[in-house]
Amino acid sequence: MSSDSFIELKNVSFAYGDRPILQDISLTIARGKLVAIMGGSGSGKTTLLRLISGQVLAQKGQVLVNGQDVGRMSSRDLYQHRRRMGMLFQFGALFTDLSVFDNVAFPIREHTRLPESLIRDLVLMKLNAVGLRGTEALMPAELSGGMARRIALARAIALDPQIMLYDEPFTGLDPISLGTIALLIKKLNDALGTSAVMVTHDVHKSLEIVDHVYFVAGGKIAAEGTPDEVRHSSSPWVQQFVQGEADGPVHFAYPATDSLAQAFGIKGETA
Amino acid sequence: MKRSTIDLWVGLFVAIGIAAMTFLSLKVANLTPQSGSETYMLTADFDNIGGLKVKAPVKSSGVVVGRVTKIELDTKRYVARATLTLDKQYQFSRDTSAEILTAGLLGEQYIGLVQGGDPDNLASGDRISLTSSALVLEQLIGKFMTSFAEKGTQDAPAKTE
Amino acid sequence: MNALLAPIRRLGALSINAIWRLGFISRFFVAILLNSGQSLLRFRLTIREVYFAGVLSLIIIIVSGLFVGMVLGLQGYNTLARFGSADALGALVALSLLRELGPVLAALLFASRSGSAMTAEIGLMKATEQLEAMSVMAVNPIARVVAPRFWAGVISMPILAALFNVMGIFGGYLVGVEMIGLDAGTFWSQMQNNVDLHYDVVNGLIKSLFFGMAVTLIAVFEGYDATPTAAGVSSATTRTVVTSALVILALDFVLTAFMF
Ligand SMILES: Nc1ncnc2c1ncn2[C@@H]1O[C@H](COP(=O)(O)OP(=O)(O)OP(=O)(O)O)[C@@H](O)[C@H]1O
Ligand SMILES: [Mg+2]
Repeated sequence: MSSDSFIELKNVSFAYGDRPILQDISLTIARGKLVAIMGGSGSGKTTLLRLISGQVLAQKGQVLVNGQDVGRMSSRDLYQHRRRMGMLFQFGALFTDLSVFDNVAFPIREHTRLPESLIRDLVLMKLNAVGLRGTEALMPAELSGGMARRIALARAIALDPQIMLYDEPFTGLDPISLGTIALLIKKLNDALGTSAVMVTHDVHKSLEIVDHVYFVAGGKIAAEGTPDEVRHSSSPWVQQFVQGEADGPVHFAYPATDSLAQAFGIKGETA
Repeated sequence: MKRSTIDLWVGLFVAIGIAAMTFLSLKVANLTPQSGSETYMLTADFDNIGGLKVKAPVKSSGVVVGRVTKIELDTKRYVARATLTLDKQYQFSRDTSAEILTAGLLGEQYIGLVQGGDPDNLASGDRISLTSSALVLEQLIGKFMTSFAEKGTQDAPAKTE
Repeated sequence: MNALLAPIRRLGALSINAIWRLGFISRFFVAILLNSGQSLLRFRLTIREVYFAGVLSLIIIIVSGLFVGMVLGLQGYNTLARFGSADALGALVALSLLRELGPVLAALLFASRSGSAMTAEIGLMKATEQLEAMSVMAVNPIARVVAPRFWAGVISMPILAALFNVMGIFGGYLVGVEMIGLDAGTFWSQMQNNVDLHYDVVNGLIKSLFFGMAVTLIAVFEGYDATPTAAGVSSATTRTVVTSALVILALDFVLTAFMF
């Protein structure tokens, strides 16, 4: 697998200020594969994607994309890297002053010199793919949360990127759209050979489409494996996730230093 | 590239801007003298220019014919040399005289030109030789005071006696 | 002891912070200049911003210019009439407007109308990750978002100032000639005799060009530098208006000292 690795994190550590988020993480994503990253809220999944896109730089270790260290790229290399990358932001990040059409057309207009008629066809095709053709005249403020996210997805795939980073593509979608989007992501991977990293909380749906799963907890990779391995894993981490249990090795609560009772100022009780 | 209403508005905006600037230069400022080739220069030396300033008007019979564009001190003879930029359409004879006048009692100072009788005209760069200096109010009052005081001292003993 | 030291320490921190920001804003200015190619080549981007910064400021500029001119006419007449020189009203109105009031007031209005809007817009784009999304798409936000706004401001400001001047002179004319009854010919000829194209008109417009640069630079910088939260954007907007006002007045002093 490592011989064909396209994206590789080698012993990466990252901290915001002096709060460590990721510690000594290593993972590989083979060319053309779709990999899911799961983990509790605030465990650093988005941060991991930001490391790959070069928005934040690892303090230790290397983030290799096609053999090149993202942390050491010149601005020209970084431009090239981002040019073949698409990213779906967790909160969509649509351009609020542009219409839906112009949002999806944005990367095409910025990076190509295609005639307007061709851009129109491309945009309508992408909007059709996410099931939102007919919304092109709307402004982002007129969209629902789930619609905005699907438009953002259409924008991210507008230039058929070689690398796709999806930050929670399934959140806020109804079951039907969810199925369509999952299929779209899978199809993109199969048809275009895109290497993709998908952060998701939807264990069951993602297990159907991904090639490999990494579980992040406590700043480390807690578990990994193929969907089959995950389903039959005996690891308590994995079981808790797959079953969605509130208590287990993964704690629901952010590690606070005092108990809730103490925080409320109730005396005498010790947690 | 398709045209939009924004283009129309911005076009209108720029047109308004150009119109405003044209109005300011033609109607508010007088573009006429000082515009390049249409002018010629003369110099005039004065013992004292008083409060004359650069940009002060040059008038002949009360008509503005140009402006003072430079004032400097000739360090050889210690006189003030004023450079006048005049409109080409106003030509003056070689024996024209220049004097520094004041508009009203305390108004701004300007140069007045009085046409002479010589048939030859002054050419660009020539010097006006007939000049009379500014009337400096302080000196005038000073002179008046001293003469008054002298008269006073002559009269004074007579009075005390 | 500590209570005594605290204000001094705060003052020190404030001034270090100010110098830091000054350095940052200078670097930002250079970055805008270096990334201006797109806003000039794809001029539509800039035209769009001229619409928002310039065209939408027309009303406030026209109305304020008219009123300022009328006030100048009224006050100027009262003062000049005492010295028997009411004839010079046209010159007084035009000179005050062209040299100082026009460029300065138009810039102050521009800062509060368009500068604050630019800051809020860019700040919100930052807060909602739009700038980040842009740079992840290999599009430089300084070239795509900041530079067109900067140039739009630089283009709009002299136009607005010229319009302000014209409206002001018209206001002075209304009061002086139509209302008080001065002679229209005297009004205009006094103005023309005393206003110099280069000294007064051109220098005034050069001033407004500098003001336009300063205000838009501050506005786009504050937006770009805003803390990406609602409170951060709102305080950045306030800072734009306050800083612009101070910079306009200080710059006006410096430019006046140089020019006149
Ligand atoms: N810009 C930032 N500055 C400081 N800390 C940050 C910043 N962004 C995120 N963090 C912190 O980093 C940690 C990981 O954040 P991240 O966004 O990667 O979480 P996540 O796994 O994507 O969570 P979620 O599933 O809720 O999106 C969080 O605890 C968060 O508080
Ligand atoms: Mg996240």
